[in-house]
Amino acid sequence: MGQHSADGLTIIEQLAGIRPGSPVARNYQRRAVAREQAELSYQLLLYPQIPGPVSLEERRAIATFVAGLYQNPVTHRHYMALLRDVSPPWAEALTQVLQQASANGPWGTYPQGPLSVEDSTGEVWKNTPENEKIFGFRLSAALEHAHLLATHPRDANSAALARLVAAGWTEDGLVVLSQLISFLSFQVRIVSGFSALAASSSAQTTQGANHD
Amino acid sequence: MTSILSYSNTRPVNKFTLSQLDWLAWITPLAPEDLTQRHYDGLVDSAREKSAYFRLLARDPDVLGARTRLDKDIFYSSGGLPRAERELAATAVSRYNGCIYCASVHARFSLQFSKNEQDVQNLLDNGKKAALSGRNADVVRTAIRLTESGNHFGEKDIEILKESGFSEEEILDLIQASAFFNWANRLMLSLGEASEY
Repeated sequence: MGQHSADGLTIIEQLAGIRPGSPVARNYQRRAVAREQAELSYQLLLYPQIPGPVSLEERRAIATFVAGLYQNPVTHRHYMALLRDVSPPWAEALTQVLQQASANGPWGTYPQGPLSVEDSTGEVWKNTPENEKIFGFRLSAALEHAHLLATHPRDANSAALARLVAAGWTEDGLVVLSQLISFLSFQVRIVSGFSALAASSSAQTTQGANHD
Repeated sequence: MTSILSYSNTRPVNKFTLSQLDWLAWITPLAPEDLTQRHYDGLVDSAREKSAYFRLLARDPDVLGARTRLDKDIFYSSGGLPRAERELAATAVSRYNGCIYCASVHARFSLQFSKNEQDVQNLLDNGKKAALSGRNADVVRTAIRLTESGNHFGEKDIEILKESGFSEEEILDLIQASAFFNWANRLMLSLGEASEY
C-alpha cells in the first residue's frame, strides 16, 4: 500500500486541497464509506501488493497519460511524479506525447440511426514509431486504448480489445486496464469538483469573517 | 488463449431508451462455478454473480469490491441530494458520454424516484440540449460540465448551484454521482455492447 499523508487525508482530499477540519472535509466525512473506498481503489490500482497482469510501471504510465489528457494540473503532476519514481524514460516520453495528443472530448460515433446526427469526430491518437520503441508494443497499445476511452469512449469496440490482445494483453490484464483508465476518469473529476467546492466554501468563510 | 467474443444475431441499439437492455461481454466473464470467496467479497451482493458484467470485473476482485462499495454509498446513502437527482446526474453523464446501456438503467431509476417522465425522456432524447427547468436543469448542467474534457469546472459552477438553493452537502453528493459515472460508462463501453432483449 502507498503512503498515507501524515494528517490522514485521502489522495482525493490532498489533490483537491481540502484541509483537515474544513467544511468540505466534514462534508465528505458524511460519506465515510465512499471516501474510504475511493482511497482503497486508488491504493489497489496504483500501489498493488501483487501487480499481477499489469506491472507497476505500466499502471503509473497509463494513469499519468489519462490524468494529463484530462488537464487537471495537480492530478497530472502527482501521477507524473509517481511515474518518474519508477520509470524516468517513460515519464520523459509521456511529457512530450502530452504536449501533442488531442484532449478534446467526449466525441464519437453512434450505431447508425437517429443518433447519427450527433456523430462527431476528433483525433484518433496513435504512437509514433519512435515512441513505440520507448514504450514497447504492449504499453503503446494500452496508451492508444486509454486515449480512446478518455476522449471518445463511445467509439470503443471489440476490435479495440482485439488490438490489445494482439499486443499481448490477457483477459485479466484487460479488466485491470479498463478499471485503471475508468478510475482515473472518476478521480480527476471528483478532484476538480471538490477543489471548486473547497474554493467556494473558503471564499464564503472569508467573506463572512469580513462582515463580522 | 485470450479470445474476443462476438455475437452474430444481435442488432446494436441506436437510440437512448427507457427500455430494459441486455449487455454482452466481449471477453469471457468468470464462470459461476469458478467463483471463490474472494470473488464473492468483490461482488458484495452474491446475487450479482448472475451478471456477466460483474463476473467479468471479478477478474480483479479486490478492485471490484472497492468500486461496488463506493457505488452503493454514492447512490444509496441517506440524506443530502435526493436519490432521483443522483440518478438523473448518472443519466446525464451516460447520455453525454454515449453509454446507451448505462443511460437506460439510470433513466429508469431516476424515473422510479422522481415520477417525472417528461424530464427524463427529454434528457434521453436531447442530451445536453434538453431544455429542463429548476433543480433538474442544474443537476444536468453540473453533470455535463464535470464530464466534458478540459477541466473547466470551477467555483462559478458551484455558485450557480448555491444560488439555486443547493446545500454544500447536496453539491458534494452531485459531484460524486457525476464523477462516478465517468468510471461506470467507460467500463461498460469498453468491455461489451448493449443489445435489445
